[in-house]
Amino acid sequence: MAGKKIHGGYLELQDYIDSIKDKRGALIAVLHKAQHIFGYLSDEVILFISEKLDLPSSKIYGVISFYSYFTTKPRGENVVNVCLGTACFVRGADAIMKEFERELKIHTGETTEDGKYTLSGLRCIGACGLAPVVMINDKVYGRVEVDQVKKIIDENKSEIITNMEEINE
Amino acid sequence: MIHMTINNQKVAVEDGSTILEAARKLKIRIPTLCHLDLHDIRMVNRGASCRVCVVEVEGRRNLAPSCSTPVMEGMVVTTNSLRCIQARRTIIELFLSNHPKDCLVCEKSLGCELQALAAEYHIRSIRYQGERATHPIDVSSRAIIRNMDKCIMCRRCETMCNEVQTVHVLSAINRGFDTYIAASMNMPMNESTCVFCGQCVAVCPTAALTEVSHIDNVWNALNDKNKIVVVQTAPAVRVALGEEFGEEPGTIVTGKMVAALRRLGFDKVFDTDFAADLTIMEEATEFIHRLKHGGKLPILTSCCPGWVKFFEHQFNDMLDIPSTSKSPHEMFGAIAKSYYAEKMGIPPQNICVVSVMPCLAKKYEAARPELSQDGLQNVDEVITTRELARMLKEANIDLMQLEDEDYDDPLGESTGASVIFGTTGGVIEAALRTAYEWLTNETLKKVEFHDLRGFDGIKEAVIKINDMDVKIAVAHGLGNARTLLENIREGKADYHGIEIMACPGGCIGGGGQPYHHGDINVIKKRMEGIYKEDKDKKLRKSHENPYIKKLYEEYLGEPYGERAHELLHTHYVKRKKM
Repeated sequence: MAGKKIHGGYLELQDYIDSIKDKRGALIAVLHKAQHIFGYLSDEVILFISEKLDLPSSKIYGVISFYSYFTTKPRGENVVNVCLGTACFVRGADAIMKEFERELKIHTGETTEDGKYTLSGLRCIGACGLAPVVMINDKVYGRVEVDQVKKIIDENKSEIITNMEEINE
Repeated sequence: MIHMTINNQKVAVEDGSTILEAARKLKIRIPTLCHLDLHDIRMVNRGASCRVCVVEVEGRRNLAPSCSTPVMEGMVVTTNSLRCIQARRTIIELFLSNHPKDCLVCEKSLGCELQALAAEYHIRSIRYQGERATHPIDVSSRAIIRNMDKCIMCRRCETMCNEVQTVHVLSAINRGFDTYIAASMNMPMNESTCVFCGQCVAVCPTAALTEVSHIDNVWNALNDKNKIVVVQTAPAVRVALGEEFGEEPGTIVTGKMVAALRRLGFDKVFDTDFAADLTIMEEATEFIHRLKHGGKLPILTSCCPGWVKFFEHQFNDMLDIPSTSKSPHEMFGAIAKSYYAEKMGIPPQNICVVSVMPCLAKKYEAARPELSQDGLQNVDEVITTRELARMLKEANIDLMQLEDEDYDDPLGESTGASVIFGTTGGVIEAALRTAYEWLTNETLKKVEFHDLRGFDGIKEAVIKINDMDVKIAVAHGLGNARTLLENIREGKADYHGIEIMACPGGCIGGGGQPYHHGDINVIKKRMEGIYKEDKDKKLRKSHENPYIKKLYEEYLGEPYGERAHELLHTHYVKRKKM
């Protein structure tokens, strides 16, 4: 599945870049699109963007490494993002993070051996009213408590299975 | 004009000036660290990141960084209040709290701007003990060592690499405390598109960026009884070496340098200038050949290894336009290990060729595999002007106390044309002196081409040779080179010949020269020194060099001929643009 997706991915990214009229200042949007397509930003993808936007790869890499949202490593099927912004942090985000680390048996920034989960922290998603916040893929969980962590993981596990079944059908 | 007061002194400055500029007008010194203003080459690093230059501005609650705070009418500034001094001390201590502090054994000891500032502010203890950033030292390249533990994040290197040179290798990555300057996508330097011009090293205030030293190798060679060690000195070294011994920039120390090299124990002291004359013989012939036979134009000079690697990466679709002539020090190596070796009856493998260069890229160039003959590199070791000064000091040789001596024959004789290789515009001027006479069969009366001289980033001239208007362009600094080359690629320029040097000012501003510490006048004075040396020479055209004539008669045959091709010409490698 992944192989096929990558092949077409460059065409999709190319179309997206072509659709942008003013390419100056487009880098962040293009990186978002690329990460959405490929799951992560490999050297190959960075060099592709570098060529298409006529920007030095060193600069693009600088931007990618600055924002915790962007990643240069392959990610699991599910990306668990625990918000560690100020509001979430004071409402116990570190304990939530520890619980995810314990449940998934990985550290922040790592991916489970079966490739199902990547755990990472990010800084503020602008939902401070719901602090502490956890994002799994595009889904947002608010006012998360430590004893809900296992349930959240399980919930997403079944969802993947459902999705996979749909694909197989 | 804006009227303001600094330390109770009134001053009027232009609108848009900074407090720092206004203070300098009053000759009031404000310490700086990250700030670097190399106005003439359009490099101004105004990151305002170090905060060492903070001053008190009346009516403002916080101290203001003087390097980036614009002046305002009626502004009242104090630069040396106790509050300023204490703030600066705190800032310096904070820098030192995240610094290795191994000054006694540091490469930049006594040349480090952070060390100088700590001394100036009399820092005797550091109140802050916190986490220290640690990074692996990048020793992957042949020219530049990156030790980010010593980096103070001034961003001068980043500005130089991106804005002036447009090489785009160095960039800050990560954020906050984890931020550091990385090479292309966090690669080792040798895998990046770095051209090793060394301009980052030239502006680094600390030892975060330094050269790969060959001093030990040279000492070992000098003490190897089986080796005949011959040294050659680049044109730009002779007008800068004196600075390391307290002389004014631009002081010509050629004769003393020759004497000093003999004292160090070199078997023969030769001159890269000889090989520069040889380069002109080849390059001018190649130029005329292309002109007469409808060859590819413009011809680009190829003396500068930083420039060569730059076009191999950035203009890899145009590899057929640069001259195929090797750079002078490589030509020297090739001749030393063939003609000279045969003449003296020395097996070439017993000859060690040492180059004294103003340049870091020459270290990388000397290791390029194609610059070799029969499995022997043309040049064995490259030391910079700075490294030579260090060797002389280690050997307790006081340069300025020595009597002048002459270079050895036969590879030591040179003309004024070769001396000017050391400055921007010099190579093409030297080539024109020869090409003009060869094309017209007349004597060139006025050998000086003033349009090609000076500090402008891009210089142009039209030279009438016979009935032809020969269009010449000169660029120094790789950003200017990029502009010229893009114009050529787009068909917007129709020059016949172009000279490019990677470093601002040419080799006199090279990455291996004594540190200018932000004073561009240092480079300008070296330029004056170069042109003076040329003017004082009896012979000023390369083809008049008697030893060059002899070399062709006895050994090489025709310029641009078969043997010359084998020894003196090279080819280029298509490299990735990233």
